[in-house]
Amino acid sequence: MAQKGFLEALRAHYTRAIPHAHACGMQIVEIESTHAILSMPYRDAWLADTERGLIHTGAISTLIDNTCGVALMAAIGQFERIATLDLRLDYLRPALANKTLHARAECFRMTSTIAFVRAAAWQDDRDEPCAVSQAAFMRMPLKPAK
Amino acid sequence: MSVAWPERSGDPSKDFALLRARIPYAAYLDIQVNASDGALRFRLPFRETLIGDSALPAIHGGVIAGFMECSAQMQLLLTMPERRLPKNIDFSIDYLRSGNPADCFVDCEVMRQGRRVAQVQIRCWQYERAAHREATQRTRDIALARAHFLLATEVDAAASG
Repeated sequence: MAQKGFLEALRAHYTRAIPHAHACGMQIVEIESTHAILSMPYRDAWLADTERGLIHTGAISTLIDNTCGVALMAAIGQFERIATLDLRLDYLRPALANKTLHARAECFRMTSTIAFVRAAAWQDDRDEPCAVSQAAFMRMPLKPAK
Repeated sequence: MSVAWPERSGDPSKDFALLRARIPYAAYLDIQVNASDGALRFRLPFRETLIGDSALPAIHGGVIAGFMECSAQMQLLLTMPERRLPKNIDFSIDYLRSGNPADCFVDCEVMRQGRRVAQVQIRCWQYERAAHREATQRTRDIALARAHFLLATEVDAAASG
């Protein structure tokens, strides 16, 4: 099935296509047409507050934004340019030092031009997310649709 | 325990350097500040590892979000009597254009500061690339965002443990 081949290609090439994701050490844990899970190992550079050991929300935003993009590409099933229109994040609880961050994103509605993606990020327990988000993307097919 | 920030000197550049040294993520992004006419302007120097789309190329949307969140937080710390790092409650960003591989700038405005919560409007922009326009450098907005921050109070300090 072409879809499977595309997901494998996405997994293989995505870090090269997204230098910042590579620089942050992000890895694809799971990728399906229905969702994607990425992880980002802890680094001291992610901290906002060294005394309390809190990870900066900006680092979480970056992982979530990236995971949403990967999940959307997987849902589309072929290479195409996408642009984030907006992204809203709620920081439900602090993310702590020395723990890997994970994020899961799923596209829950897609039209030929627009896609809606929601995501959550967590550390130890997926049922206790440190952040949840919702985003809208614009699809820009490489070739005009017939 | 809470972090108490050092007493501010009133010199924004000096105070910024002290703050940045205490926020590793701000140091990682290499955020700079410019203070003129009493207004703060934050700058994110471009580097290759900030690219999110190597085909365009364009700066990673997450980096722009992180830069804006961090700038808003620093704006509060540099202009308000706030003595602890404000906690980000939520953040909402609208992306207007892709970020060119060049420096980004952020201007923040604290729209409301209550006793416990502050609301900050954040604008991220770049200079137009055309070199011949240097005399009247035009700018283009990259993203607009807003954020709510929980300010530290005595009660919170006790409750958050």
